Amino acid sequence: MPERRSEPVDVISREQVRHLADLARIDLDDAELDHLAPQLAVILESVASISEVAADDVPPTSHPVPLTNVFREDVVRPGLTPEQALAGAPAVEDQKFAVPRILGDEQ
Amino acid sequence: MTTPLTTSTAAELARALAAGETTSVELTQAHLDRIEATDGAVHAFLHVDAEGALDQARASDERRARGEAASDLDGVPVAVKDVLATEGLPTTCGSRILEGWVPPYDATVVRRLKEAGLPILGKTNMDEFAMGSSTEHSAYGPTRNPWDLERIPGGSGGGSAAAVAAYQAPLALGTDTGGSIRQPGAVTGTVGVKPTYGGVSRYGLVAMANSLDQVGPVTRTVLDAALLHQVVGGHDPLDSTSLDQPVPDVVAAARQGASGDLAGVRVGVVTELGGEGYQPGVQQRFDEAVELLVGAGAEVVRVGCPSFTHALAAYYLLMPSEASSNLARFDAMRYGLRVLPDGVEAPSAEEVMRATRDAGFGDEVKRRIILGTYALSSGYYDAYYGQAQKVRTLIQRDFDRAFAQADVLVSPTSPTTAFRLGEKLDDPLAMYLNDVATIPANLAGVPGISVPAGLAPEDDLPVGLQLLAPIAADDRLYRVGAALEALLEQQWGGPLLTADKLDEAVAR
Repeated sequence: MPERRSEPVDVISREQVRHLADLARIDLDDAELDHLAPQLAVILESVASISEVAADDVPPTSHPVPLTNVFREDVVRPGLTPEQALAGAPAVEDQKFAVPRILGDEQ
Repeated sequence: MTTPLTTSTAAELARALAAGETTSVELTQAHLDRIEATDGAVHAFLHVDAEGALDQARASDERRARGEAASDLDGVPVAVKDVLATEGLPTTCGSRILEGWVPPYDATVVRRLKEAGLPILGKTNMDEFAMGSSTEHSAYGPTRNPWDLERIPGGSGGGSAAAVAAYQAPLALGTDTGGSIRQPGAVTGTVGVKPTYGGVSRYGLVAMANSLDQVGPVTRTVLDAALLHQVVGGHDPLDSTSLDQPVPDVVAAARQGASGDLAGVRVGVVTELGGEGYQPGVQQRFDEAVELLVGAGAEVVRVGCPSFTHALAAYYLLMPSEASSNLARFDAMRYGLRVLPDGVEAPSAEEVMRATRDAGFGDEVKRRIILGTYALSSGYYDAYYGQAQKVRTLIQRDFDRAFAQADVLVSPTSPTTAFRLGEKLDDPLAMYLNDVATIPANLAGVPGISVPAGLAPEDDLPVGLQLLAPIAADDRLYRVGAALEALLEQQWGGPLLTADKLDEAVAR
């Protein structure tokens, strides 16, 4: 009997995908989980090799060109009017963004 | 119908406008007519602004009549990818979550187009939030390749490339995070440039991955790309990553290159970007183009960039990580879609957020948000995100070594010609492989261009050749790109793209 292929190190489980979607604030129903979880596992397997590529002494690069803090003169300049800022809002009340309740009953 | 006004290059149109041989109203109307006649088949546009474009055209004609042209391209119409904010025009990013959103401000590049007098024809289709290589991930339906309507136009900027290829617009703007300007250019037989990171402002560009995104020109010729690059490029105080230095003289470089003389130019063929995994006809046209460069006096060397083999993996960790953070802003509170969950009385903000993001995002966006959330989560951060950042350093070092041996690097732009719609839609990995040759430039911030290299013998579809240059040396792309274009057109007896070669439904 041929030796069993060892399980890839970090294949992502359906439960993990559900948890991650939860962290990312996306409702996924069962059908979507069935569809997405195996695809994510395949993608992760393909990028897993990355963990063995670079030696410890290689510095990380977060950005293609060196970044420096940028300041501008502290002068007043025009901004959006309240009407412009609220124009795309799903709901508006008294010149404010109207949002659903942010606390639960028990809070 | 194509007319001489729609098949002319932007440079020719600019000359005709300056000479008083046509008006901006006349040529803007000609392009609107062409869109009307062909976009049912191509679907390059998500929104056409006929009235606004004609108003801008009239204003342009008045400026020219007074002898006060705002720029060389004053009056030449342009199309804009729907990921760039346009005041008063819908900006959806190809997503349901932004359906109907009208930004209250212009992206800097859009403001520059307006200041230079270019009428904006409309907004072009794209993969949702620029995530994809085929434009099939648009929530509003795919764009079709004008060469063959059953095939993809590339992505994410398939709309801009298809609009230019179908003669609906002489010029367009795209954005390139991993190849979204260059790969559509390759598969539609057009020209696309990703400028140096920071060379063009990102203010008003809806971000996918901030450290990789760059706006650039989409055109039919190298000179036209240079003309558009000059209009939109340069320092912008509203973008903190904008390079505070002048844009190199890309127009002069394109004109110099058109002579076809490349004596003394060192061209490096990247060993890792070719051979296995590349369609034979793509490799053949690429090899022939390199021979042409040699014939024009270029010195060709082979350069090794061993870390490029890990570029795709690094990219598909870094990009989703940045994207998952960026897309957190779509929270159903301040703009965009708000969906209330079914069967929940008085839902909380969080429940509304979850329901909205489920309904508003497509599959590819969800995949990348979840991948990014995973790569950034504690316990995996060092193994994935941290390692990918190190690989980014190795790729930059490979580029540094390669550019010590060569002035520009060359490779095929995309490993294959345009594939059929639906062929890779549900196989994310196969889709990602389209970007294997274009991604290293984004990771290192270097500029790149794709120019047409011919038709693959096996399927008669366009092949693109990619040129890469060091940071801030964008002018080299235009010099060598224009030279190659001139040499190839001598061989072909004219441009690769002509109306009669397009799909029957949009030819003529």
